[in-house]
Amino acid sequence: MTSQVSSEAGEALLGEQRSAPAEARNGAEKEVRRLDRVIIRFAGDSGDGMQLTGDRFTSETASFGNDLSTLPNFPAEIRAPAGTLPGVSSFQLHFADHDILTPGDAPNVLVAMNPAALKANIADVPRGGEIIVNTDEFAKRAMAKVGYAQSPLEDGSLDGYRVHPVPLTTLTIEALKEFGLSRKEAERSKNMFALGLLSWMYHRPTEGTEAFLRSKFAKKPQIAEANVAAFRAGWNFGETTEDFAVSYEVAPATRAFPTGTYRNISGNLALSYGLIAAAKQAELPLYLGSYPITPASDILHELSRHKNFGVRTFQAEDEIAGIGAALGAAFGGSLAVTTTSGPGVALKSETIGLAVSLELPLLIVDIQRGGPSTGLPTKTEQADLLQAMYGRNGEAPVPVVAPKTPADCFDAALEAARIALAYRTPVFLLSDGYLANGSEPWRIPEVADLPDLRTPFATGPNHTQADGTEVFWPYKRDPETLARPWAVPGTPGLEHRIGGIEKQDGTGNISYDPANHEFMVRTRQAKIDGIDVPDIETDDPDGARTLVLGWGSTYGPITAAVRRIRREGGHIAQAHLRHLNPFPKNLGEVLKRYEKVVIPEMNLGQLATLVRAEFLVDARSHTQVNGMPFKAEQLAAALKEAIDA
Amino acid sequence: MPETSEPLLHLVPKAQAQQTMKDFKSDQEVRWCPGCGDYAVLAAVQGFMPELGLAKENIVFVSGIGCSSRFPYYMNTYGMHSIHGRAPAIATGLATSRRDLSVWVVTGDGDALSIGGNHLIHALRRNVNLKILLFNNRIYGLTKGQYSPTSEVGKITKSTPMGSLDAPFNPVSLAIGAEATFVARTVDSDRKHLTEVLRQAADHNGTALVEIYQNCNIFNDGAFEVLKDKDQAQEAVIRLEHGQPIRFGADLGKGVVRDPATGDLEVVEVTPENESRILVHDAHAASPTTAFALSRLADPDTLHRTPIGVLRSVERPVYDTLMADQLDRAVAQQGEGDLAGLLSGNDTWTVVG
Repeated sequence: MTSQVSSEAGEALLGEQRSAPAEARNGAEKEVRRLDRVIIRFAGDSGDGMQLTGDRFTSETASFGNDLSTLPNFPAEIRAPAGTLPGVSSFQLHFADHDILTPGDAPNVLVAMNPAALKANIADVPRGGEIIVNTDEFAKRAMAKVGYAQSPLEDGSLDGYRVHPVPLTTLTIEALKEFGLSRKEAERSKNMFALGLLSWMYHRPTEGTEAFLRSKFAKKPQIAEANVAAFRAGWNFGETTEDFAVSYEVAPATRAFPTGTYRNISGNLALSYGLIAAAKQAELPLYLGSYPITPASDILHELSRHKNFGVRTFQAEDEIAGIGAALGAAFGGSLAVTTTSGPGVALKSETIGLAVSLELPLLIVDIQRGGPSTGLPTKTEQADLLQAMYGRNGEAPVPVVAPKTPADCFDAALEAARIALAYRTPVFLLSDGYLANGSEPWRIPEVADLPDLRTPFATGPNHTQADGTEVFWPYKRDPETLARPWAVPGTPGLEHRIGGIEKQDGTGNISYDPANHEFMVRTRQAKIDGIDVPDIETDDPDGARTLVLGWGSTYGPITAAVRRIRREGGHIAQAHLRHLNPFPKNLGEVLKRYEKVVIPEMNLGQLATLVRAEFLVDARSHTQVNGMPFKAEQLAAALKEAIDA
Repeated sequence: MPETSEPLLHLVPKAQAQQTMKDFKSDQEVRWCPGCGDYAVLAAVQGFMPELGLAKENIVFVSGIGCSSRFPYYMNTYGMHSIHGRAPAIATGLATSRRDLSVWVVTGDGDALSIGGNHLIHALRRNVNLKILLFNNRIYGLTKGQYSPTSEVGKITKSTPMGSLDAPFNPVSLAIGAEATFVARTVDSDRKHLTEVLRQAADHNGTALVEIYQNCNIFNDGAFEVLKDKDQAQEAVIRLEHGQPIRFGADLGKGVVRDPATGDLEVVEVTPENESRILVHDAHAASPTTAFALSRLADPDTLHRTPIGVLRSVERPVYDTLMADQLDRAVAQQGEGDLAGLLSGNDTWTVVG
């Protein structure tokens, strides 16, 4: 997901799983096939450690140098009832020798740790795909629990697949019998056995996982060694058993990546780093006021670990106090942030309105999830756009910035901070659950290349009265940006009072004057409308008549769909919005260049609504709200339909 | 609990020159109703500030919504008039990020105890270095006269024509229950007492809650008359002074003793026999039990036996200090944050052209 829209590597190599002629490797008895990309899905019970397994496979794959994209998918319950369909947790990983954009539509390989995992995921596996099942869990009762009257391993229903029945639990217990663990303890390592097996199948490096296990269980060396042993046993099982006759190589994606040093990074981690970097670049202390909420809590956790950067994290009593404390810190001169998800934004709305009125810098990070209300806490959606735009009383415009990939959350955080500081305004940063938990390789930026975000505080009087006295006016604006001065307590001579009541232009004193209110409402709006944002770029190599316009995390699937269409000879132009408010100045002109505009969104058409209202463009909405990102193939079909319409 | 902790006021820069009350008056016209108790409190605070001697640019008043919350506009310091109930939260962010500021919260009974109840109790429990002035007039003034969470049961108001149904909060009891380290009560009209309480609150390390009984002469006039009227006050007010026996009434003829059977407090006529049993007020008692019992002596309807003064003043680690200590410790243990190192992490690979 690192490449630009028109990357050649992607154009040339994008394709279905491709088999090269078999090659015999030196001394290896088993066949090794080369593939250009693979999609693996690990699925099991919530307690089976599938997320950890996926994370480890991802790290191995990242350090090997493949391009990759991940999709963790888990229930909201911490330990949903064991063995049930709602309790299934999965982790999908797409990796390739070229640049890729999405976690993939359909897994080539499914690892099913129990009948529920098989049942919940089988529909996504194309015929001919490989399925590794933990046969130990296919007891009558476990199968009955998810509605299998007969064993799917025996009734022929999996005939179209390449099924590898593996007694994962038994093999793990057997491998660990030297360790003197209870059966229950030993069983827990079965995910590492599975990881070892998959690592063998795909020639993944193993040192990282072994080092990880030893450090994770540093205080329990016996458990650490047991996990390492299970991991190795899984590898050896692949190498020795005849059932696994073939292993696969996916070469590093050397051509997909520009020169540089890379790491794998998730959206929430990149966003956290972006906030720390923004504070550093602004030379301000970072202050986070937050209340735990899925899927945003990881940012609170991450920032709490970096107090040596002068980062203050305040876990408040509720969402309102979280943003309240942040706003108080902003008044005091911190780079202030609150992190939340949709339900939290609803609670913070009044304080966001106050921040609009006070004209103080404040970042509101919304990791969107399925709504309304509690909705789908662990699933993704983009349905808070209109809430971010309009969810306040009165005319209360707030800039909106959205990242497009997990790694892009870093840059988007810096951009949101730039706007907040330069214009003294609250800014929404709209990420989502898919970006937050998904990961991809990230080219680590040079600190010297990061933007300079320093914003001077007011230091003295800024207005001369008729009688010649010099005074400080808290609402006297910068004529360029319309930003008011940021005068922090502790500055002598600038004592002033601000509040949520309408203020007189300039002095900031309470004013109920109708003309002044009209002026202030229009001025606050003009300030946001006038924010300097880069023009939107259009990718249109063929002079297409149809434009697909996206925002946020749909970037990956849209770009993948666009590539599919172009590969088949279709013509489509693509543009992606980082700035939702204000829109780029050239957006209207870009939209009017095309006969048709299609807007795919994970909501019921919120950007389409804004675009129609703003530009009178008959944009066609393509929407999906199933809690999951778009699948490239389905999206390509929808776009094709729009092109042909 | 540290034996002697450094006064946190020392972190706030001192005024360069002698200040007067006038220095703390802003140029804004005060717009409370004529006769409102708020005027007296404003004058007392403005009068006390020069004594505190802090640089006025390092003083911040934060308020919520309500009549009393207009207070910051009239103080020539930094100030924020925020939104309903949220002042303690906003002030927490300010105080925890700027320990060089003296942060005051001005709030009312509706602001602090209804819509903002959650923020109040959590600020108290954390012991953030805030001085909270809770103006209690037992009525909603700014919305023109509905009953408040401190109104007596059966209060006839516009929203309760047949009388209010809910039992009131006793703000002092609530604060003690919320782990407050400093809790006091005073009365708007007693400037001397009010100033003395402000003095002790300002000196306190951590959250100080000062409940100020304040008369709303428009919607709840005379609510505290029993505590102000010379004849009645003797019997109604229990003046607490640390280290002094708790006595009140004509010729200090009444006293507070502990019932040995229940441990609760009761009021007795002082006699030579029971005089030695009269409770001596200990505001610094580690246990909040007696302070809480004292707060329960008042009759919520008649306000008879209302204790005023500092009910509780104890030392406990202050949230802002603990937060700053953690930052210092992180730097001591890990060194100043290195951004390039953070971004790189431990698991990288290099792509060469």
